[in-house]
Amino acid sequence: MPSSKYETVIGLEVHVELHTKSKIFCGCSTEFGAPPNTHTCPVCLGHPGVLPVLNRQAVEYAMKAAMALNCTIGDVSKFDRKNYFYPDLPKAYQISQFDQPIGLNGWIDIEVNGETKRIGITRLHLEEDASKLTHVDGGFGTLVDFNRGGTPLIEIVSEPDLRSPEEARAYLEKMRAIMQYCDVSDVKMEEGSMRCDANISLRPIGQEEFGIRAELKNMNSFRGVQRGLEYEEFRQADILDGGGEVVQETRRWDDAQGKTFAMRGKEEAHDYRYFPDPDLVVLHIDDAWREAIRSSIPELPDARRVRYSEEFGLPAYDAGVITASKPLADFFEGALNFTGDAKAVANWIMGDLLAYLNSNNLELSQVKITPQGLGEMIGLIAKGTISSKIAKTVFKEMLETGKLPAQIVEEKGLVQISDEGAIKGIVEAVVGANPQSVEDYKAGKQKAIGFLVGQVMKESKGKANPGLVNKLLTEVLNS
Amino acid sequence: MSITIKDVQHVARLARLQLGPEEEAVLTEQMNAILQYAEKLNELDTEGVQPTTHVLHVSNVMREDVVKESLSLEDALLNAPEEEDGQFKVPAVME
Repeated sequence: MPSSKYETVIGLEVHVELHTKSKIFCGCSTEFGAPPNTHTCPVCLGHPGVLPVLNRQAVEYAMKAAMALNCTIGDVSKFDRKNYFYPDLPKAYQISQFDQPIGLNGWIDIEVNGETKRIGITRLHLEEDASKLTHVDGGFGTLVDFNRGGTPLIEIVSEPDLRSPEEARAYLEKMRAIMQYCDVSDVKMEEGSMRCDANISLRPIGQEEFGIRAELKNMNSFRGVQRGLEYEEFRQADILDGGGEVVQETRRWDDAQGKTFAMRGKEEAHDYRYFPDPDLVVLHIDDAWREAIRSSIPELPDARRVRYSEEFGLPAYDAGVITASKPLADFFEGALNFTGDAKAVANWIMGDLLAYLNSNNLELSQVKITPQGLGEMIGLIAKGTISSKIAKTVFKEMLETGKLPAQIVEEKGLVQISDEGAIKGIVEAVVGANPQSVEDYKAGKQKAIGFLVGQVMKESKGKANPGLVNKLLTEVLNS
Repeated sequence: MSITIKDVQHVARLARLQLGPEEEAVLTEQMNAILQYAEKLNELDTEGVQPTTHVLHVSNVMREDVVKESLSLEDALLNAPEEEDGQFKVPAVME
C-alpha cells in the first residue's frame, strides 16, 4: 500500500466450470480443445423453438460445491434469464439463477501470515457459460466459437471481507483446493476453467462506509489477481490522495503492462431484466437428496491439514503447502505406505518435486515419479545405501523415467561407498595432490577442509559416504 | 404507475430498437394501457401467497449426463451470416 491512510476492501466473483461430460442444457460434449463449432446443436446455438433440459450431474456438482463452501441449500431453486445482447450469447439471454440460487450464506477459512480468517460467501449459483470470441481484421470483425457456450458454470460471490490482495489470493487458492478435492472441476486458471473478477475499493481507516469501487477483469492467474489488485490499490490511493474521486467502472488488467485500463464505458448501467425462465421448471431439493450429496464430499483441505499436523507431526506450513493441492496430498499419503518418515517425504515434495514442477511448468500428473519411488528412496537414504546427494540424481531419474530407486541405483552404479579402506585411499590421494590446501588447513583455515571434501566426493563420483569422508579426512590431516 | 417517453426510450435501447418520435408516442400510450390493465391485479389480496413462476405442477425435470451427437460443422454454420475458419463471423464487438 502506498499510503497507510486507507483500508482496502475486496470482494471476489469466481466462476468455476463444472467438469460434466455434456453441457448443462443439451447433450453436446464439453471437451476442451475441439475444433471450433463442432460441439454445438440447436439448443446451444439458440435456435428458435428448442427446449433446454437440465443436466442432473451439473446440479449435483453445484450442490456438492455449495456444501463444501458451507452454504445453505434451499428447498427450492430455479433458473432465470439474464438478458443482454452480445454475440457470445446466441439466445440474447444467459440462463442463470437470480433470487433462488443453489447455495446461500457460506464461508471458507483462509490462512494469511499464520492467522486464520473467515471469509463469507454470499451465494453460489448455477449458469451456462458463454461462447468464445476472437477479434480479427484489426478489430473490425469477431469470430464466434460456440463450443464453450452452455458449459455448466458455478458463480461464487464472496462477501466484501477480503482486506488485501494477499488475502484475495489466499481465498482463490483455497477455493481452487476445495473444488479440486470435491472433484467438480479441473480448476485451471490458465485454461479458463476457473476465472475471477474482483471488486476493490479503498476507504479511510476507521470509516464504516465503503469507498467507490472498481471492478477488475481479465486476471488469468493467481499471480495476476494479486498483481492486478495491488496495482489498483496504488491507483485508487493516488486518486484519493490527490483529493479526487474513484470512478465506478470496469477495468481490464493487462498482465504484460502490469496495469489496469478502463474498458470502454457502458452507455448505461446494466439492466439485465431477470425473469424466471419459463422453459425450465423449478428444482425441489429434499433432505434425502441433500444428504446423498453431502455424504459424497470427501475430506476437505482444512481437515487434511489438521490431520497431517496431528497424525504425522508435520509443521503447519508444510501441511498447508501439501494439502493446497489434492494430487500433491494424495502423493504424500501414497509415499507414506513405503516409508514412515513423513517429514522427509514432505521435504522432498516441497523441495525437489515442486521446484522441478514449477521450473518446467508441469503438473504432478505429467511427471513419472510414483509415491512408491519416493518412499523407497527415502528408505535407501536411511539405510545408507545412497547419500542424500546421490538421492537427488535418483530423484531426477525417477521424475523422468518412473523407475524405482533400487533399479536406478543398480543400473547407474550409485551405491554409496561406505567402505573405510576405499574412502581412505581416495582421501590420501587427494591430500597428497593438494599440499596448499593442507597447509592452509594446518595454518588454521578451517574452510580449507571443505575444498578437500569436495575433491574426495568428486574423485568418488559423489558416491563416498559424506560422513565417513569428513571423519577420515580429519583423521588424515591431523595425523 | 405510468410510463413516460423516457421509459420507452430506455426499453427500446435495451431491445436495440430504433424508434421515431411518433412511434415513441404511440408506444408510450400503448404500454400505459397495458400496465393499467395489469393494475387490476393489484386489487387482489396476495398477502402470504408465493409468487407463481410456473403454471405446471412439475419439478425436477432433468437428464442424465450423457453426450449426444452434435451437429456437423457444416450444419452448425448454415445460419451464419458470414463464416471464417469454421466460425461464425459477426461485426466487431468491443467490451
